[in-house]
Parts: sequence; C-alpha cells; structure tokens
Amino acid sequence: MRHLAKYIITRTLLTIPMVLILLSIVFLVLRIMPGDPVSSMLGGHAPEKVIEQKKEELGLNEPMAVQYVSYLWQVAHLDLGESMVFKQRVTTAIADKLPATIELTACGMIITLILGVFLGAYAADRRRQVQDSMIRLYGIVIYCIPVYWLGLMLQLIFGIWLDVMPIAGRTGPRVFASTFEQTGFYLIDTLLIRDFAALKDVMIHLTLPAFTLGLTLSGIFIRLTRANMLDVLKADYIIAAEARGIRHSRIVYRHALKNAFIPILTMMGLQVALLMAGAILTETTFSWPGMGRLLLERIYLRDYPTIQGVIIVFALIVAGVSLVVDIIYAMIDPRIRY
Amino acid sequence: MNNTILDIQDLKVEFPINIGTVRAVDGVSLKLNQGEVMGLVGESGCGKSTLGFSILRLLRPPGRIASGRILYHGRDIVSMDEKEVLKLRGRRIAMIFQDPLTSLNPLFSIGRQFVETLQTHEKGINKKQAILQAESMLESLGISKERLQEFPHQMSGGMRQRIMIGMGLILNPDLLIADEPTTSLDVIVEAQFLDLLADLCRQYNLTIILITHNLGNVAQLADRITVMYGGTLAEVGLSGDIFHTPLHPYTQGLLASIPNIKLDQPELSPMEGSPPDLVNPPTGCVFHPRCPQVMDICTRQRPPAFQKNGHQVSCWLYR
Repeated sequence: MRHLAKYIITRTLLTIPMVLILLSIVFLVLRIMPGDPVSSMLGGHAPEKVIEQKKEELGLNEPMAVQYVSYLWQVAHLDLGESMVFKQRVTTAIADKLPATIELTACGMIITLILGVFLGAYAADRRRQVQDSMIRLYGIVIYCIPVYWLGLMLQLIFGIWLDVMPIAGRTGPRVFASTFEQTGFYLIDTLLIRDFAALKDVMIHLTLPAFTLGLTLSGIFIRLTRANMLDVLKADYIIAAEARGIRHSRIVYRHALKNAFIPILTMMGLQVALLMAGAILTETTFSWPGMGRLLLERIYLRDYPTIQGVIIVFALIVAGVSLVVDIIYAMIDPRIRY
Repeated sequence: MNNTILDIQDLKVEFPINIGTVRAVDGVSLKLNQGEVMGLVGESGCGKSTLGFSILRLLRPPGRIASGRILYHGRDIVSMDEKEVLKLRGRRIAMIFQDPLTSLNPLFSIGRQFVETLQTHEKGINKKQAILQAESMLESLGISKERLQEFPHQMSGGMRQRIMIGMGLILNPDLLIADEPTTSLDVIVEAQFLDLLADLCRQYNLTIILITHNLGNVAQLADRITVMYGGTLAEVGLSGDIFHTPLHPYTQGLLASIPNIKLDQPELSPMEGSPPDLVNPPTGCVFHPRCPQVMDICTRQRPPAFQKNGHQVSCWLYR
C-alpha cells in the first residue's frame, strides 16, 4: 500500500512538467499560426493608429518572453482572459459548455468500453468461429465509418424514419433551464432534484450522440481487446487455472480479461484525445451545446483568447485522464511501481 | 488388479496442421498403480507432455484425442462430459507445469488464487476457512503464511513452484501430473523440490506421473520408468531395471549419452539422427532409422509390446 501511495504521488508530480509543456505548445502554436487577431477583430480597413492602440491594449507589443510569462501567470490563476468578440470571460464561456461535453464523452467512452471490451473478449474466446468473424467484421466496418456520417445516419434512421429519437440539443422544449442550475451535468442535476421526467428526456437526447461517439471508437477497442486476449489466453497461468478445475467463463472473463485490460487502459488514455476530436464533430452534427461547438464558432469569429482557452482545457483533460489511467493501472497491476 | 488408478488404453492424440496430421501420441497403453511414482522420459517432442495434458483433457485446439480410453478408477475420462472433467481437475487429479514463474496469475495475490481454487471445488467453504487451509498448506511447505498476501512476482522460482504444488495438493487429489516441474529451477532448488515431492508422495499417498527429459530426476524418485519415443512407448520397467539393464536400443542409447562421473568415459556416445517427423512417421518401428540394431522386420511392421525380464519393451529383438 505504501508503494502504491508513493507511485501516485510521483506520477502526479510528473504531470506538472507535462502540463507546462502542453501550455507552452498552445502558446507557441497560436502565435505561429497565420492571421492577425487584431486586424480580424477590427476588420481589414482599420486605421494604423487604431490597430497600434489595440495591440498595445492587448499586450501584443510586449516581447514574446514577457507575453509568455504573463500568459502562464494568468493560466496559473485560472484566468483565461476575455473574449475578443463578446463581453465575456473565457472561463465563463467554458464553464457553461464543459459539462455538456464531459457528459457526452463520458457516456461515449462507457459505451465504447462495454461494447469493445466485451465483444473483443468474446471474439477471442470464440476464435475462428462464426461469432469471431462477425465481431471482427463489425470492428473493421465501424472503424472505417467517419463519425459525422455515422451521426447523420443514426439521425436519419432513428430521428426521421423511425421517428423515435430527437436529433438535436440536450433537452426537449418542455424542460426548463432552471432545472439545470446546480452542476451543469444534466443527468446529475435532474437526479438531484428527482425530476425523473426531465431525466428521461435528458437521457433520450443523450442516446444518439453518445452512441455515435461510442460506436465509432468501439472498433479499435474490439481489435485491441481481441489481440490482447488471444495472447493472454495462451499464457501458462491460464492453462494452470484450467488444470485446477476453474470454470471456463471465469477464466476468460476474470483471469484473462484482467490481464488483457492493462494495454486497453493505456489505449483508453490515448483515445481520450481522439474522443475529444470526435466530440467536436458529434456536437456539430447533433447541435450539442458543448466545447466542440464553442471552439468551432469561435474559430469562425477568430476569437483567439477563447480558442486558446478551449484548447488549454482540452489539453488539461487529456493530461488529467492519462494521470488517472496510470493510477488505475498501478492499482490493477502490482508490478507497476516507481 | 484392484489398485490400478489410471489405465490408458491405446490412446491416440492428433494435431491437424496445414501440412497433415501430427500424431503426437500414437497408440499408448499404460497402467498406473496407486501410490507409485511413474517417470515418463523421452526427448522433446516425443509426446510425453501431450500424454500428460490428455489425461486432464487440457489439449489446446486443434489438438484432440482421436481414439482410445483413459480409465481413471474405471471411469473413462475421454468420453466424460465437460462438467465431470471440471470436477476431476484439481480435485482428483492435479497438474503442475514447467515454468512456475508464469504458472501463477500475476495480478492475483497468492491467497486469492488459493481461495479461488478451494471455493471452486468445495461448495459452502467461506473465505476465512479457505485462507486458514491455505495458511496451513503454506507452512507445511516451509513458506510463511504472511506470503499469502503477496503477488507472484515477489517470490523466487523455487517458492513459486512450491506454491504451485501446494495449490495442486490442497484439495487432496490422488494423482499428480508433474510436467517437467524442475526444468526452470537451478540444481540445488531442483534437488530440494524433488525431495519435497518424495515426501508429499508418501504423506498424501499420491500417485505421481513425473514427466521429464532428465533421467537423473527420475532415477532419484521414480518407482517405474516409461520411456517414450516418437509418440509411442519404447520401454516400461522398474526404475532400477531400466537403468541397469535397459533393453530397448533407444533406452540404451539414451543412457549411453549421459555423462557419468563414476565411469571413465573417454567420450560420450551421442545418438545418431534426429527425432522422427510425426506427420509422416517412419514405417514399422518409429525408431528404426536411428537404431543400431535394425533388422528387416523393423522397417515393415510396428513391434507390439513384448514382456521380457519384467520389462515391457516394444522391440522386435525381444520377440
């Protein structure tokens, strides 16, 4: 137990330089990128004097190093500046949209994991049988389908033809915004006030976007789980467990799956970045009021501070998830210690 | 005979592969008496491990038992349904493997693996009772009971092999199949482990099948020895007889190729040739291409088992 605590502390401390590097990359990329925030703010024909004045005001005339330090200082104080387009703090805009994205991606990830890991393990157990071929075929096909196309198809089938699912937004018109004032996570908010009609409405709205995201990523997890399970099922300790008379299903889904799960977890950590990217497209397809849509809107408006803020938040999420994944990792596998 | 525990009758095991069928075990008949240690020796690929795995029906697909019977206390394991086999495994017949380093699940503590084994077979045993049993088993093997909370990677190879055998014996089986249990241990640990095995054999009235390519191991422990070659039995006999008066030319060759510190051998005499191709085995006696005393009949007809001086030997020389 002491070793595990040591591991968690070390791993957490190692996240600090990682975040620092991420922040520096965001800073650099936004300044290398073509396009001038000031002229896009004021329009192409603004007089030179006004442009200079605005630059001075935004601190863009300072040396790069000074800008960098003040940027880090701001971020350290959880201050992401003010939108250039609207009179609004960037943090306010993000706090408004972040829960929607987290709710969507978390549900998507859960669907991916359940489908991918279970089907992958089942396919490995039924290697070279019909079930295995079907699951592998599904995995390849779903992996090749672009996320937005899948979203559109699901909308067409369930929203239009069958007309059983809503195709846009987080709630229907009869659910009031005042219901969602506590956390911004609609599933949690409706549960907190025990408004089950609203909860049902929220879940129905969440279903299609979450499945769009979840199905898209499930293919890669099926393949990964299957490959790892095949390796693990060959291990000596599997046949040794069989020789002790332990039930086959228990051997496959406890002994083998737990061992196969470590690379799956790593993959999960890495896929969070892909999940975020997928979320941007899914949110657009389903008019989901989240971070992805916010980012896209503000890119059109060239609202640099907001763009920078959203990217920082995405980067922090990825860093945070990989920290959590590594800790879970160490809790599963007693051999992983610093 | 009433004290026959295992009676293998004309067992054939096949592995269909791309280029044909490997006949890994080709017509083996063997009887085991209660309480004896049977050494099963032969070179790599002669089918000795496959024979061991067949007894518990643990062959990995595509391997399968093609024909024959394996009577355990008179009941045929080959034709049993899967549920009955599960009840035998671990409970009545235990098996330990070559590599103790990889035979324990690395993610479960030793205790948990003991508890799981016990709870699988003894309905109604609770975790506390299982732990108590595991503790006393560990102590009888010379391992402190605190080790139960540890994970396999925290232990040495010899310790892990003792744990494997403890896990095998905790349900009081009467037959133990040990598949090269000391191959990955060093010489000293190996000797200790064999001593332990001999003790346990007496203590539990165990019947042991000791599968090995190391004749030294079996000399120390086995009551009888079975020599396998190319999926068939070459010779079966009492341990001392096999060592002092080997009859089969293969057994003779095997013994001549072992260095002996007491004899003043100028050179070892290695056996010529290599193990047979089991997809297309030689006609007649599988050993004939390498046999120094090959006769005409050997190339045409497979020798049956002849009885000679208490040995059972499959060789035309003893017709």
